[in-house]
Amino acid sequence: MAAYTINVNGEDQKVEVDPDTPILWVLRDHLQMIGTKFGCGIAQCGACTIHANGNAIRSCSLPISAVGDMKLTTIEGLSKEKDHPIQEAWLAHDVPQCGYCQAGQMMSAAALLNRNPSPTDEEISSAMNGNICRCGTYIRIHAAIKTASQKLS
Amino acid sequence: MKKEIPIISKIDRRSFLKIGTVGSAGILLGLGVRCTPSEKILDPAWFEPNVFVGLNEKGEVTIIAHRSEMGQAVRTSLPTIVADEMEADWSKVKVKQSVGDEKKYGNQNTDGSFTIRMFYEPMRKVGATAKLMLEQAAAKTWGVNVSECKAKNHKVSHSSGKSLTFGELAQAASELPVPDESLIKLKKQSEFKYIGKNQKIVDLADIVTGNTVYGMDAKIDGMKIAMISRCPVAGGKVKSFDKSEAEKVPGVLKVYQMEGVSFPTGFDKVLGGIVVVAENTWAAIKGREALKIDWEYGINRDYNTDSYNANLLKASNSNGTILRENGEVKKVLNKKGKVLDEVYTVPHLAHAQMEPPAALAYFDETGKCQIQAPTQNPRWVRDAIASQLEMDRENVIVNITLLGGGFGRKSKPDFVVEAAKIAKETGEKIKLIWTREDDIQHDFVNASGMHRIKVAIDENNKVTAWNQHGMIPSIGGTANPAAKQVGAGEMSQGMVDMPFDIPNLCLETHEAPTKTRVGWLRSVHNIHNAFAIHTMVDEIAEARGMDKVQNYLDLIGGDRIIPFDKMVTGFSNYGEDLANYPWDTARLKNVLKMVAEKANYGKSLPTGKAQGVTVHRSFLTYVACVIEVDLTEKGKIRIPEVHYAVDCGRVVNPDRVISQFEGGANFAASGALRSAITFKDGAVEQSNFHDYQVARMTDSPEKVFVHLVESDEKPTGVGEPPVPPFAPALGNAIFAALGKRIRALPIEADKLWA
Repeated sequence: MAAYTINVNGEDQKVEVDPDTPILWVLRDHLQMIGTKFGCGIAQCGACTIHANGNAIRSCSLPISAVGDMKLTTIEGLSKEKDHPIQEAWLAHDVPQCGYCQAGQMMSAAALLNRNPSPTDEEISSAMNGNICRCGTYIRIHAAIKTASQKLS
Repeated sequence: MKKEIPIISKIDRRSFLKIGTVGSAGILLGLGVRCTPSEKILDPAWFEPNVFVGLNEKGEVTIIAHRSEMGQAVRTSLPTIVADEMEADWSKVKVKQSVGDEKKYGNQNTDGSFTIRMFYEPMRKVGATAKLMLEQAAAKTWGVNVSECKAKNHKVSHSSGKSLTFGELAQAASELPVPDESLIKLKKQSEFKYIGKNQKIVDLADIVTGNTVYGMDAKIDGMKIAMISRCPVAGGKVKSFDKSEAEKVPGVLKVYQMEGVSFPTGFDKVLGGIVVVAENTWAAIKGREALKIDWEYGINRDYNTDSYNANLLKASNSNGTILRENGEVKKVLNKKGKVLDEVYTVPHLAHAQMEPPAALAYFDETGKCQIQAPTQNPRWVRDAIASQLEMDRENVIVNITLLGGGFGRKSKPDFVVEAAKIAKETGEKIKLIWTREDDIQHDFVNASGMHRIKVAIDENNKVTAWNQHGMIPSIGGTANPAAKQVGAGEMSQGMVDMPFDIPNLCLETHEAPTKTRVGWLRSVHNIHNAFAIHTMVDEIAEARGMDKVQNYLDLIGGDRIIPFDKMVTGFSNYGEDLANYPWDTARLKNVLKMVAEKANYGKSLPTGKAQGVTVHRSFLTYVACVIEVDLTEKGKIRIPEVHYAVDCGRVVNPDRVISQFEGGANFAASGALRSAITFKDGAVEQSNFHDYQVARMTDSPEKVFVHLVESDEKPTGVGEPPVPPFAPALGNAIFAALGKRIRALPIEADKLWA
């Protein structure tokens, strides 16, 4: 066990956990932030995607010992009023079905637009290919990202 | 705090509404049944006209969702039906999930694409009853005849112009008896306000902000996390184990052996294994990794996919068990003329719903077993826990969370029973978690399917014989050792209900023992049946030199209602009487013609691009599909567009029907392009999404067009029907583009250009 202070959604959080504990389980079990979901545990499905310094990472595969002073953002911190352009686009396109993967999808999409506000269709598919949606909402995810992109540019 | 005045009451048990039957189980809907004070599921200050609707003096309406939500929008669509008939303002409606209680709510088994089919009429009556009582309350208040009072948009108006809001009428309505069913008037279609119109799902805002609670998210103070190491072979058991290293992992609290069931396992029994209980999930994962277990693999250790399939293929040379026969197929196949003889194979598939199984269980101070679980079937959870923990089912309380996907996996209560058993053994509040590896390796996989189909075409280019041999492990074999092959009941999903008008026809099945837990997965046996049959149909069209749509229309023949129940012993029409939901070739041909027109089937496309077409009825819904492929880039199967034409009777929420088809196309694309569960020495060879692959965005069809037939027919479901016609349509398109025939799934893209 070791003590860590990590910055999540702009707030410092103190936790005492095993150094190899993935951030996913720190968030879910220790900080009671359940918006970030467990899907595979090996960075294959993207359900656990959060931001580290604005970049999309798979929180199931990032041990807390590697976080240091990274600024982490989860779905709970994507916006205060569910008004991030990605959230608005998700609402407008009625993207979700079961919804379980959607936090990860939105975090991947938001990170994509952070670094590339006007992605091409191919860039969208390539950036989102690490996020599985078993309900198969890909067409709407793609369309929603285009909508959010247009709003940003 | 101001007391909220209860409404609409005085329901007696005589006013039960009978809502018909599904299968052999009669279902009564407690429309006229009030909650007893101890059973109350709404705020105690509220009052309910029936177990589905509550209204308070502020005009706030709560509608109970009693079916499980897993992405199909039932939490939205059923309540909108109630609100529409009630004339409630949707913006004043809240939806609340019920507990598992079939005596109170009727059938809660959310499976078989039957929620809307089963509850469309009852939910209309639920709403219409509430509306009538509000109109009666207004009439009584004003001292006028009820016929002069009309409810509209959350208030009741009198012909003189005066009106009272629903909230203002709550008290008066609560004092009325529930009217006799004969007095309830349902709306005309032209009066619908919500039914037939797009409605956003009620959980949408929570989903996009991360505020939803799935089974995996369930929690309670003091909760511990449990995981189980299960035998890699279904039905095997622990020979010996060493827990010393596991117990050294910080946070691990208890390690012990749970007894399991041998094969056949059934659907609700625990597999058993070594249980690790820990303070948190990571400790449980690491503790489990540190276990050393020696397994006794049991009777399924000889299950190897390759040799199993080779044996099935040999069986197809013999005579099988005939499920349906007309004419003299074998004589005709030996005559002169063309004979096609092909084999089609589809592997086992895992559900791989994004949320692995998980359940919270604990025993409260009164000894009740409290459950929070993402279950499709709360009744089965109650029954399984009651029988396996030897307790009264009334003491098993099942709270249904959102489901992070279901697809049939979460119909089975096994994982919830595991949680309850661990809670009982340890005395702790337990959340049992399955990892993705657990999910892929211990699933109730969909049946694999091998079909050999022989077809005769005579000198007049007529199809004169169809002989199909199905080699398919039975779902029944998971529970019953005597079920060594599929029968007509299971094969009513797309095989014995083949609608072709062929004079000599013989459909038979062969022994194919069930060697692992086989269950049901989104559209079930239709997956392999449809793939085999509709690929062969395409091969027939090629052999006849006919247009693909014309070939289909010729095979289907004239407009008629097919009495499969008189043709096949043990036929099942998805649990419905054929008299109520006939098998209508006119509807089948209609969707085929519609999709051909909408997709501009037969349009000129450049080399490397082509269309494929199929039409299939499943779960009482008629679906035709045209897929366009683009194979111009070597090694890459692109799907620029998919067209579905759909006749599912009346549509409640069109956007959610469309979304089921968009998603269903992707679910089917997984099976067509990526997914296979294979066995070696009895164990699943795949373990996670790197080797059990599913469709990702780059596999997704780029556009899915859904063309809905306008219909006044009874509504039927749409969860499963998108899947069956997809894979064969894709294979047929690939053949049209490249001349390579697809007879096995998943399609090996790299070999198409070889």
